Amino acid sequence: MSRIKSCLQELKVKGRKALIPYITAGDPQPGVTVKLMHALVEAGADIIELGVPFSDPMADGPVIQLACERALVHGVRLVDVLDMVSEFRTTDSVTPVVLMGYLNPVEAIGYETFLERASKAGVDGVLTVDLPPEEAEDFCAGLKRNNLDAVFLLAPTTSEERIKQICDVSSGYVYYVSLKGVTGSASLDVDEVATRLEAIREITDLPVGVGFGIRDDKSAASVAKVADGVIVGSVLVNKIAELASTPDSIPQQVADIIRGMRQAMDA
Amino acid sequence: MPTNVDFKALMDLPDELGHFGPYGGRFASETLMSALQDLSELYEKLSKSPEFQKEFDADLAHYVGRPSPLYFAERLTKEVGGARIYLKREDLNHTGAHKINNTIGQALLAKSMGKPRIIAETGAGQHGVASATVAARLGLECVVYMGAEDIRRQALNVYRMKLLGAKVVSVESGTKTLKDALNEAMRDWVTNVDNTFYIIGTAAGPHPYPKLVRDFQAVIGREARQQCLAQAGKLPDALVACVGGGSNAIGLFYPFIPDKNVQMYGVEAGGHGLETGLHAAPLCKGRPGVLHGNRTYLMEDESGQIAGTHSVSAGLDYPGVGPEHAWLKDCGRANYVAINDDEALNAFRDLTRVEGIMPALESSHAIAYGMKLARTMDKDQVLIVNLSGRGDKDIHTVAEIDGIGI
Repeated sequence: MSRIKSCLQELKVKGRKALIPYITAGDPQPGVTVKLMHALVEAGADIIELGVPFSDPMADGPVIQLACERALVHGVRLVDVLDMVSEFRTTDSVTPVVLMGYLNPVEAIGYETFLERASKAGVDGVLTVDLPPEEAEDFCAGLKRNNLDAVFLLAPTTSEERIKQICDVSSGYVYYVSLKGVTGSASLDVDEVATRLEAIREITDLPVGVGFGIRDDKSAASVAKVADGVIVGSVLVNKIAELASTPDSIPQQVADIIRGMRQAMDA
Repeated sequence: MPTNVDFKALMDLPDELGHFGPYGGRFASETLMSALQDLSELYEKLSKSPEFQKEFDADLAHYVGRPSPLYFAERLTKEVGGARIYLKREDLNHTGAHKINNTIGQALLAKSMGKPRIIAETGAGQHGVASATVAARLGLECVVYMGAEDIRRQALNVYRMKLLGAKVVSVESGTKTLKDALNEAMRDWVTNVDNTFYIIGTAAGPHPYPKLVRDFQAVIGREARQQCLAQAGKLPDALVACVGGGSNAIGLFYPFIPDKNVQMYGVEAGGHGLETGLHAAPLCKGRPGVLHGNRTYLMEDESGQIAGTHSVSAGLDYPGVGPEHAWLKDCGRANYVAINDDEALNAFRDLTRVEGIMPALESSHAIAYGMKLARTMDKDQVLIVNLSGRGDKDIHTVAEIDGIGI
């Protein structure tokens, strides 16, 4: 069983919801990332989504675009991100890590090379924002061969027919984008999310993580009531940006946000 | 590289999912997938409808002023001393470039989808102006995204768009040029997909854009083919067009694809020179990758980050290219070459001086290569250069290079 699947099953048995922080690897500098990952786990994160920096993150808002730019100043490449995961794995063999990013850096090193190296580094799943299932046949086959989970997005605009098609090729969990927009934009409407999740659950048994628009303890707790996982990104990345000039303080202070959300979700 | 390609079969591309060989496709975020699907279905239906075609043709005739002339550049031909050079005068279209052919078509699609708001990205500002123009005509709200660097270079077009009632948003991210404007327009579309139609200006992006932009621009090649037969008494021996995203080039090339004796040359921006790395020539110097919704040739670094580009012309300053060009290159149906900033500027001056026609800096790249190529051809051969836009918008840039303040 994959690390993601067993993590989510275990949480289900305990009646808890997954807290899934997103950070951009190498932001604001490469030395911070692994320490921050450990601090997030210690503060109550269940799965970590690790963003692969890309020069043109079209589906992201300014917060994550700037995070990519900060990482790229240090020349952080996809292979460097894999090295960070390897380093993380030397002391944490339990917490699942999902790489989230865009297709072109993967194309540049080739699907096979990437997937083999990702698997070896201890990556558990891959979410490629600009690779929809209809273009992903080879990629999904490669993920499977390397025992990696394929995480795809569902959006408010996704038809029921497409939800089925996407869930058929997904594993681990599916990521429901709670609003029409880019990361870090508006706040989500929990009632609307609840209605959509009901429809999604009629189609799939996969756990559903919800992201976009979750920015504080309160919204994390209310989403946790309806979703299997709560995905938080821009609010953390904003904090990292604030602290960019004092990088040593980042792991603790960013983890504090997660700690607050964890408590609110478990209350 | 594929061998023995049946050129005629290339006309049937893209396939249902938008592929031209391994290129094209639909690499977009999930939120946009249903809008792209709807657009594909609508376009499939309307493109087969005689009423739609009639309305499009009528707008092109009475609003754009088509057909645009095919002009024999006699003095230029004499000065060059080679093949007979004809210019396809897209610069004489309403708004001054080929861009309006496409925005007229896409505006008809927006109207039939009932979308009250259109957005567009622009580099040189020609597509922005053409979008603002059709928006004004149809009473639609219009927002144009433009890189901060391009806003500086193309002040005249920025003001034109504002006069036309469009809101011009300055894009400060990344390299502050066309690719960043495209990113920002995509972000707007993801957010406002319910009420907004995105008019992409070039034959790139996720399916169905490369196909529908090509189809709307193919009027250039259809006219040129007929005009050439009528005026020169035969098909041209060669076609030359500049390639940024490649919409004017694919518009000229497409109807000639089965005519295997017609050579095609797409001219990319060589910037300071291909050997310097400071250029915008993905087909000459890039490699395949995925950006802005399609697989195509890109300028990128070894790790897949998109590289900065340079060209004196804002409209060619783009690290990608339409996927159909990528496939025409691999199939050997079209040739792709580069012209440097200096050569383009010289061509700008030459055409102005010899023919009294001031070309856009984008089109000046095609003129420059056309002159080079004509020199190597026989006097009875015929060459068509697509004069895709007029140069008024570039006078400031040229004056600045000459050290003259206007």
